[in-house]
Amino acid sequence: MGLLSDPVRRRALARLVLRLNAPLCVLSYVAGIAWFLALVFPPLTQRTYMSENAMGSTMVEEQFAGGDRARAFARDFAAHRKKSGALPVAWLERTMRSVGLEVYTQSFSRKLPFPDETHERYMVSGTNVYGILRAPRAASTESLVLTVPCGSDSTNSQAVGLLLALAAHFRGQIYWAKDIVFLVTEHDLLGTEAWLEAYHDVNVTGMQSSPLQGRAGAIQAAVALELSSDVVTSLDVAVEGLNGQLPNLDLLNLFQTFCQKGGLLCTLQGKLQPEDWTSLDGPLQGLQTLLLMVLRQASGRPHGSHGLFLRYRVEALTLRGINSFRQYKYDLVAVGKALEGMFRKLNHLLERLHQSFFLYLLPGLSRFVSIGLYMPAVGFLLLVLGLKALELWMQLHEAGMGLEEPGGAPGPSVPLPPSQAMGLALYVLPVLGQHVATQHFPVAEAEAVVLTLLAIYAAGLALPHNTHRPLSYRVVSTQAPDRGWMALKLVALIYLALQLGCIALTNFSLGFLLATTMVPTAALAKPHGPRTLYAALLVLTSPAATLLGSLFLWRELQEAPLSLAEGWQLFLAALAQGVLEHHTYGALLFPLLSLGLYPCWLLFWNVLFWK
Amino acid sequence: MAVTDSLSRAATVLATVLLLSFGSVAASHIEDQAEQFFRSGHTNNWAVLVCTSRFWFNYRHVANTLSVYRSVKRLGIPDSHIVLMLADDMACNPRNPKPATVFSHKNMELNVYGDDVEVDYRSYEVTVENFLRVLTGRIPPSTPRSKRLLSDDRSNILIYMTGHGGNGFLKFQDSEEITNIELADAFEQMWQKRRYNELLFIIDTCQGASMYERFYSPNIMALASSQVGEDSLSHQPDPAIGVHLMDRYTFYVLEFLEEINPASQTNMNDLFQVCPKSLCVSTPGHRTDLFQRDPKNVLITDFFGSVRKVEITTETIKLQQDSEIMESSFKCFFELSFSKQVILTIGLPSYFCYKEDQMDEKLMEPLKYAEQLPVAQIIHQKPKLKDWHPPGGFILGLWALIIMVFFKTYGIKHMKFIF
Repeated sequence: MGLLSDPVRRRALARLVLRLNAPLCVLSYVAGIAWFLALVFPPLTQRTYMSENAMGSTMVEEQFAGGDRARAFARDFAAHRKKSGALPVAWLERTMRSVGLEVYTQSFSRKLPFPDETHERYMVSGTNVYGILRAPRAASTESLVLTVPCGSDSTNSQAVGLLLALAAHFRGQIYWAKDIVFLVTEHDLLGTEAWLEAYHDVNVTGMQSSPLQGRAGAIQAAVALELSSDVVTSLDVAVEGLNGQLPNLDLLNLFQTFCQKGGLLCTLQGKLQPEDWTSLDGPLQGLQTLLLMVLRQASGRPHGSHGLFLRYRVEALTLRGINSFRQYKYDLVAVGKALEGMFRKLNHLLERLHQSFFLYLLPGLSRFVSIGLYMPAVGFLLLVLGLKALELWMQLHEAGMGLEEPGGAPGPSVPLPPSQAMGLALYVLPVLGQHVATQHFPVAEAEAVVLTLLAIYAAGLALPHNTHRPLSYRVVSTQAPDRGWMALKLVALIYLALQLGCIALTNFSLGFLLATTMVPTAALAKPHGPRTLYAALLVLTSPAATLLGSLFLWRELQEAPLSLAEGWQLFLAALAQGVLEHHTYGALLFPLLSLGLYPCWLLFWNVLFWK
Repeated sequence: MAVTDSLSRAATVLATVLLLSFGSVAASHIEDQAEQFFRSGHTNNWAVLVCTSRFWFNYRHVANTLSVYRSVKRLGIPDSHIVLMLADDMACNPRNPKPATVFSHKNMELNVYGDDVEVDYRSYEVTVENFLRVLTGRIPPSTPRSKRLLSDDRSNILIYMTGHGGNGFLKFQDSEEITNIELADAFEQMWQKRRYNELLFIIDTCQGASMYERFYSPNIMALASSQVGEDSLSHQPDPAIGVHLMDRYTFYVLEFLEEINPASQTNMNDLFQVCPKSLCVSTPGHRTDLFQRDPKNVLITDFFGSVRKVEITTETIKLQQDSEIMESSFKCFFELSFSKQVILTIGLPSYFCYKEDQMDEKLMEPLKYAEQLPVAQIIHQKPKLKDWHPPGGFILGLWALIIMVFFKTYGIKHMKFIF
């Protein structure tokens, strides 16, 4: 144990770390990437299995046969919606009541911080309609939710139809032990957010909404449904929620088992399941799915209205009906039966879903990687930062032994406040200054926000020339000119390692993605050598550039590659969406990047241009 | 006169002594026989039936216990002698699509909940403490009679347990468990407190054999559904109810018990054969080393029923070949031992019935009992696979037609192109 306390050994170890630092760093980085790539191969990726006893098998009888009814409901709904131009609240109320539900409505309104150009909305007001099916022989202490988010366009009519037909069918069964809430929200996720906030009696996003008149106990699980055609060729399941939260793996297992039972074609990230995991093809296909999942999870967006339920620790997922050019199609009865089976099994639940994994990666619908197996990948990447920091610390220590400086170098702490201030500006100014910007420049509010964002981001790059000048005299005057930037880099490395470590714990995908890009250049950054090359590398691996690169990679993996112009447009839209989602749903990616990682990255930029 | 008198007296004394000695030999012989008739030596039967699992997905454990309850009740143990412990109420669970029923067979063929079920300990009352208190009789004075095991040293007790277990323990509810050592000690206490004559212990749980391996008290016979390291498996999946209805071992035990009636001569060895590995998947185990009697002499009804040793016969019974010895010995026996008389007066008539029964079974019709479900039929009926095939002649004819058409069209000279 005396490895570090014994001075001789300690010196030997120090020498080892100093001499072999570069190879060790490279080795560690390569090991991290290799570990991640290896995650898709069978010893590391395991077959999913149902852990929850209460949902043990698919042994329930699906009796749903209301396909015609669902189509009729969907037709009526679409007609009424077209006529009124909004959600046909009165019709929905009437229909829900006619199938025997307890019906309530909730109105909400929200003024977005700036106009949302993707969804074309700014001042939003709408009404949610929900019907509660009371469990006949149980107290209303627990509930399940089936929700259909309705946007402004005319999609999801079939989902509403199926929801109503299922409600009618469920009403006829006597075995419900939990209330079932059938929720149709307007303005898709905004309505869901309003309903959830009112249901849990909190207000986290500044939504104005009327209180809920009817409640149904704690929500145990929720399924969101998106269907826009009478027949589907496959069902796609989305699990990634707000801030990269995932539902309990058992819920996905449940969906998967009913897919298999009903013979449905089910996809994850729009990708089919590889059959054969023993050869190379299966894992390679799995890698695509895995990368897509990492990108979607890292984005921190709620990919479907289920994503908002996850914040309230309600296990939820979204099922999307896909109608492609495949030959074999399934009608609404098949989808309805899968849903009925899932709800009947969820009804058997006695506790919250807690037996299976909450943190996992999915290379396929029936394969998963548990947290214990994927964390080493990011661990190896962060080890690079640690090794580099150790080297710097030792170098500083050795230099410090030689000549004592009573005054010390105040250098490292100097660029810190301006960087943090830049981050703060990046976080606050775009939204705050949008009206000023629109007055002075011929742009719309949404554009103004995005352009201000980019402008402030770019302005941060000019920072070193202003901050390091006053202190350069002092630092140069000392006999160890390198000490200043070394100390600053040491601080920056530790800062980055801490941030990435924390992010990786809560959202592995984001942490890994940022570590992959930021770690090598952060380790390389120094004011000597090919500075332009370093600068170019550093810009390429900055958070914004990572976002741009991720967008290209994402579309590439979806087999819909982007052209440069499209990519740029998408990038601007993604920036606006990122800011909007922070304000409307409380997504944390924007504040995390602007207040945490961007200032940290600026520190490395400062190191690079140290004089 | 006095001499002759004394002589005659001496002779009578001698005769009496002789008779006495002969009588005692004969008496011990008949005592053995009588003992054999009273093979078990018990005068009353008790049953403690325990289901230790809560929750809807453990429906099968409740059904297990209720099926044993149904059997022992059908075979004559009254509710007052049954302590039924059910950790959950499946019949009234809101998830039950058929309220007020607990089925043991698929397609709702056998409702083991029946019309009158007296549950003595229910839901959270089913604890290790309560179970041990019931066994050992250390119960608060306020406890009602129905919740007590009021057995004595002439009681045969059936203890049936089911639930989730592991190596050396059985889980009670979700919070506690009983270990095999605790159980063995409880049985020893029962023995020392003279609370049983013989005890039959049956457990249906994973690694069930581990539960009886620590027993050390006499007169215990034990059965388990699986060996150490094995899982006990469920049976009878029912999609309408949405759960498994029974466990395999108890399912086949029930099937076996349904064939038993109070007059059955089936013995314990038959019970040991129930549910072989091919059916059970697990290997049922049993332990008889603590038991004094040979299991083949132990009737199933010694534990599962409350059978009086009385048989009413409609025919007069002829005593068989060794009847003279018996008859003579009976006299002596009556003369000598009044204490035995009581036993014999009860025991003899039915003893002869028993002999008769063994000798020519055709003479005596087995008693018919009303409302016996043909469980064996229910179990063994399997959906028959119907794959329709066209008859062979039709296919043959079709081929002949094809060949005929071929030759008609091309003639024989084209044969070389084929071969």
